[in-house]
Amino acid sequence: MAAAEALLEVRGLGMRFGGIVALDDVSFTARRGEITAVIGPNGAGKTTAFNCITGFYRPSAGSLQLTHADGRGFALAAMPGHLIARRARVARTFQNIRLFAGMTVLENLLVAQHVPLMAATGLGVLAILGLGRYRAAERHAIAKARLWLERTDLLARADDPAGALPYGAQRRLEIARAMCTDPVLLCLDEPAAGLNPRETAALDALLRGIRDEGCSLLLIEHDMGMVMRVSDHIIVLDHGRKLGDGTPAEIRADPRVIAAYLGEDEEDADHLAPADAP
Amino acid sequence: MSQRAPLLDAFLSALVALGLFAPMVGLETTVGVHGIVLVPRPLAVAALVGAVFVLRLAVRLWQARRPPAPAGAGAVRIGRAWAGMGRFLVPVLLAAALLMPWVASRATIDLGVLLLTYVMLGWGLNIVVGLAGLLDLGYVAFYAVGAYAYALIAENTGLGFWSCLPAAGALAALWGITLGFPVLRLRGDYLAIVTLAFGEIIRIVLLNWVSLTGGPNGIAGIPRPTLFGLRFTMTDDPGTFAGFFHLVPSPVQRQMFLYYIILALALLTNWVTLRLRRQPLGRVWEALREDEIACRSLGINITTTKLTAFAVGACFGGFAGAFFATRQGFISPESFTFMESATVLAIVVLGGMGSQLGVVLATLIMIGAPEMFRALADYRMLIFGLALVVMMVLRPRGLVTERKPSVTLGRGAAAIPAALIAEGHG
Repeated sequence: MAAAEALLEVRGLGMRFGGIVALDDVSFTARRGEITAVIGPNGAGKTTAFNCITGFYRPSAGSLQLTHADGRGFALAAMPGHLIARRARVARTFQNIRLFAGMTVLENLLVAQHVPLMAATGLGVLAILGLGRYRAAERHAIAKARLWLERTDLLARADDPAGALPYGAQRRLEIARAMCTDPVLLCLDEPAAGLNPRETAALDALLRGIRDEGCSLLLIEHDMGMVMRVSDHIIVLDHGRKLGDGTPAEIRADPRVIAAYLGEDEEDADHLAPADAP
Repeated sequence: MSQRAPLLDAFLSALVALGLFAPMVGLETTVGVHGIVLVPRPLAVAALVGAVFVLRLAVRLWQARRPPAPAGAGAVRIGRAWAGMGRFLVPVLLAAALLMPWVASRATIDLGVLLLTYVMLGWGLNIVVGLAGLLDLGYVAFYAVGAYAYALIAENTGLGFWSCLPAAGALAALWGITLGFPVLRLRGDYLAIVTLAFGEIIRIVLLNWVSLTGGPNGIAGIPRPTLFGLRFTMTDDPGTFAGFFHLVPSPVQRQMFLYYIILALALLTNWVTLRLRRQPLGRVWEALREDEIACRSLGINITTTKLTAFAVGACFGGFAGAFFATRQGFISPESFTFMESATVLAIVVLGGMGSQLGVVLATLIMIGAPEMFRALADYRMLIFGLALVVMMVLRPRGLVTERKPSVTLGRGAAAIPAALIAEGHG
């Protein structure tokens, strides 16, 4: 791992819906070139944190500071959702897969490259008349789509409707689509859910490959085996608060985490909690 | 199925028929000596109710004898037939449209102009409803804006049809954006209601702003289009079409000219739509229809995307409106009622949302057939209703439901079945 500098700094993140506190004073740092996993039981606030980072929710409190490798900083909490993807280059996938089901696999990947493609059409007018540099831009976009189709093993299904793909392939396509936006941070919401062990192993390799090429990852996952295998850093949430933070080995050894999440008996958890309370 | 189920079902159907026919058929109003009197007709009601009972029973027994077909199998088969037919249906329709005025009667050319106007409106609305998935019930507003824009500009500046046409389209597009802004956050039913209201607002403003629009009296004497400055009149002066080409002046010449104008405008609409579909803008409209949230996660600005769909759709509506004004020579708010919006929307939905060929076929059925069968008088509405019911059973997603991919990786790609395609939600 290269000298790990901060990519995303989350400070005092809070999110409340009416009287319900979904996130309360959560702070963590995702470092550049690492896979950072966010784990926690159902309802811990993991997806809410993702929605705050990717601009689908506006946080009630706290700051989200993203820093690119060239030093440019983005205060995500104040940016409109589509600009977070466009300028700050944060891409995401969804817990319930959100593909363009009635469009082909290739079309899905071209929609992901809409922003550079649209810029090449001259406000759409030149491209209608067949002028301008649109053709070259489209060739380039298709080449990039083909690259990601090869890496996600979907090339043979490029012209099939996305909605007709098997579940595992849809998950991979969503990752390919997100990667086609050239992100610096890729947020994956339960990418291994519903995958068989062979598919999960392939996903491991894909995620490591993405990380090694310079795109950092933020990962929500319930598959503990996978989290422990691929993560460089793990953050544990429970009931909207951060419970722990560390390397996989540290997390595995943290009694509070074990109590809250990794399946200690109810009785033991009660026994542990007062001892560790501040 | 138990033996009694068909009987019970037939009995219930007969009961519904009784409820409907007893007041509608059972009581005849006739003019008597002391005013209108009601004459009961129990026999007619009994005959109708009996017929419903027997027919329903027959249908149920026939269904019971047949093994049930997998749902939608018939629709898929018909769909494939359409897809195969589409390949040579398009050139045939195009050739027919190009040659028709040379062989047809004046009345048929007139009908052709009417049909093409609706085809153009259908193609324009198809951008908003079929591609972007935004349900617009007020499309007639843009038609009206285009018509009044041309009429008023021509009246006040003396410019001709061709100079005013771009302005009419641009003004309609501007109103499309104006409508787009407040409704950006609305979806589904709410969007439909606001667009419906927008259509009515435009009509009521046109009706009441008497000093500008002439109110219910409308605007008359709208200039007719010219061919490079050549007028179409019944004289053969040098400045007229007949005079310039040394022809005998005839009203058919102007009619054919109008026909080819609307054909060209409609084909322009189609061409732009087909080009846009294969380009980022059109593709992102369809992506918006499929999943708005996913679009946002990809950095797509949903606001401008929706506004472009409204603007482009409205612009073609405006062109069609300007043509309508120049063809009629007279416009009034009465031509721009909600019925027009509903008809155009019905064409788009019947054709299959997003399908260009579907719009043409649906126009032939919705507008062409009732005109052709005028001789059948009131029965054509009955047949029309029946045809709608048959459509809902056999092809609930419209005539042409498959979607052709806008880009492929070389090898020929199959059409995408309707079941996978979203219908949009706002």
